[in-house]
Amino acid sequence: MNKDEVIINIEHLSKAFDGKAVLKDISLYIKKGEFVTLLGPSGCGKTTLLRILGGFTVPDAGVVTMEGRDISGVPPYERPLNTVFQRYALFPHLDVYDNIAFGLKLAKVPREEIDARVRKVLKMVSMSDYEDRDVDSLSGGQQQRVAIARALVNQPKVLLLDEPLSALDHKMRLDMQIELKEMHRKLGITFIYVTHDQEEALTLSDTIVVMNEGRIQQIGTPTDIYNEPVNSFVADFIGESNIFNGTMIKDKLVSFMGHEFECVDEGFGTNTPVDVVIRPEDVYIMAQTEGAQFTGKVRTCTFKGVHYEMFVDTDSGYELMIQDYNAFEPGTTVGLLIRPFDIQVMKKERVCNSFEAEVVGEGKVSILGAEFECSVPEGLESGETVTAELPFNAVELLDHPEDGVLTGYVHFILYKGNHYHLTVRTDEGADIYVDTNDIWDKGDLVGINFAPAALKISRRDEN
Amino acid sequence: MKKFLSQAYLWLLLVMLYAPILIIAIFSFTEAKVLGNWTGFSLRLYENLFLGGMSNSLMRSIVNTLTIGVISAVISTILGGISAFGIYNLKGRTKKVISFVNDIPMLNPDIITGISLFLLFVAVGVTQGYVTVVLAHVTFCTPYVVLSVMPKLRQMNPNTYEAALDLGATPSQALRKVVLPQIRPGLISGLILSFTLSIDDFAVTLFTKGNRGLETLSTYIYADARKGGLTPELRPLMTIIFITVLLLLLVINIMGSRSKSKIQK
Repeated sequence: MNKDEVIINIEHLSKAFDGKAVLKDISLYIKKGEFVTLLGPSGCGKTTLLRILGGFTVPDAGVVTMEGRDISGVPPYERPLNTVFQRYALFPHLDVYDNIAFGLKLAKVPREEIDARVRKVLKMVSMSDYEDRDVDSLSGGQQQRVAIARALVNQPKVLLLDEPLSALDHKMRLDMQIELKEMHRKLGITFIYVTHDQEEALTLSDTIVVMNEGRIQQIGTPTDIYNEPVNSFVADFIGESNIFNGTMIKDKLVSFMGHEFECVDEGFGTNTPVDVVIRPEDVYIMAQTEGAQFTGKVRTCTFKGVHYEMFVDTDSGYELMIQDYNAFEPGTTVGLLIRPFDIQVMKKERVCNSFEAEVVGEGKVSILGAEFECSVPEGLESGETVTAELPFNAVELLDHPEDGVLTGYVHFILYKGNHYHLTVRTDEGADIYVDTNDIWDKGDLVGINFAPAALKISRRDEN
Repeated sequence: MKKFLSQAYLWLLLVMLYAPILIIAIFSFTEAKVLGNWTGFSLRLYENLFLGGMSNSLMRSIVNTLTIGVISAVISTILGGISAFGIYNLKGRTKKVISFVNDIPMLNPDIITGISLFLLFVAVGVTQGYVTVVLAHVTFCTPYVVLSVMPKLRQMNPNTYEAALDLGATPSQALRKVVLPQIRPGLISGLILSFTLSIDDFAVTLFTKGNRGLETLSTYIYADARKGGLTPELRPLMTIIFITVLLLLLVINIMGSRSKSKIQK
């Protein structure tokens, strides 16, 4: 079998439910025999993507081809793939044997062959003695095995798994992960796996597709995704991380946390704002301060089983999470060192808020339905559409939504070492990015005010 | 003492509820024309009921009652099952509105249903008789079927239908092999409920049976009583009906508790 052969190709897939975009222009190819994981927080569109592959949801736009054939219009019962559903979806009126034999009976496979295949697949999922059991009498893990057996017995070319382990307890989940991986290795068929559990994704996958808000953020091997996240979302979502605002001074030299560090990244230009990710296990922490790049004071130290997790306040006022095998007492001053190849530099997705605005009068613009007074450049007429830019720190969040000019809720929080970078989604669905020192929780309703003096109005680039 | 009183109260209530039925049942085993006279044990009235020449019209009304019951129960179950599946697949507001519309006929007094159907049939110009009675019964039975099937649909894991499609079943196969078996208890209790509602009905039947001599049991008894006194043969008939309904109720209850205990497991 040619391992590099593409089995599924997805091009420009889009889907909206009730006018809300769930998938936005998704393109992806999946190789034969690969274990691909669609990973993302709930609501990122991963399940919708899987349902489109299964044929249960019709995309609004885009094409799905399987082995070169367009399967967009093929109903689920004619697709050469099978699904393991999130809550098993076993047939409660049938016993284990009949559940597994369901597909084979429909396909009019001879009795003896059904018998043989059901036995074989039951053995594979270690459920040989359960043939005659009522599915309701099985434990969650056992039901999960039956669901997997029911899909695999049809010998699909691709197996789709929709968070198959999410209903199991932690220990059971770890065991099933190993078994799934083993099954994948033995069968050699393509697995497409949906999960929100990053650990599961890192353990199981050949390729991880990180999704957020209907878009693919990054595609790569688990090590690529972990070591070289392309943006702060991926870095924050996969594993623990310290994320800082930084400046790329020149090639191989980056400044963040108030210090300059040598790094291995090139091609960002000079004095470019960047995001910097440092994994907590990549910071060297030592008792002596000479030879260190910078120093810090240990604030807390928690034993985590294999390692200690410490929060250290650096000399320049940032908070740094560090994982190390050695414990340092809170209050001790420590030397800290980060090696060049452990610094992951990422292009910033944005450096300020950018809105479409309309000039509504002398020194007045309308942004997202609210009016703000600001200095409007000469020559801009009332009614003209302009671009309004606003620094992250010029947005004020208020406890009481009614006090703000706009209202919204905290949608996403990213800690940047000495401040929080929030994504606030307004009632109209627009995103406003805010830098703040105040602590907010996800989902908090807030009032939003702009510092009008900080608004920068410019003519729209016509392109 | 307190316990004794509460027990006594309970028994008093039970006696008051069931004494009339019990009296009819007891006096169905004697020949006396007047209820209350015991002229010795006899099965004569039962014989008369099934063989007697005089009760030809009574027999015919019984047959009418049963056939109308069966036909309208079957039609209601089919319509109700389909409607329930439709409502189940609706979303949001529409679902609420349609469910509400489904509830109206059940809360509506029979007399209103009867009169409005009567007016409808007259307005449309349909000759009233057997068919209109069946139509009327289907009208008031269907909502009950919907109501008894909906919970079964709600209990069903919606993914099972998709799982069937995924395993190669066409939509109709999936419906037959996966959805139907899961809602079958609801359909059966809907069927039995419709049947009992149909044979029990008086008001709606009275308004829709027309004037061509069609009688069901209830309208027959009503007419009979107005002619002066109840025919003694009605006593064994009442007894039989009571026992039949009792058995049906037992079946529904046992089925209900069985499916419930299965879910708890």
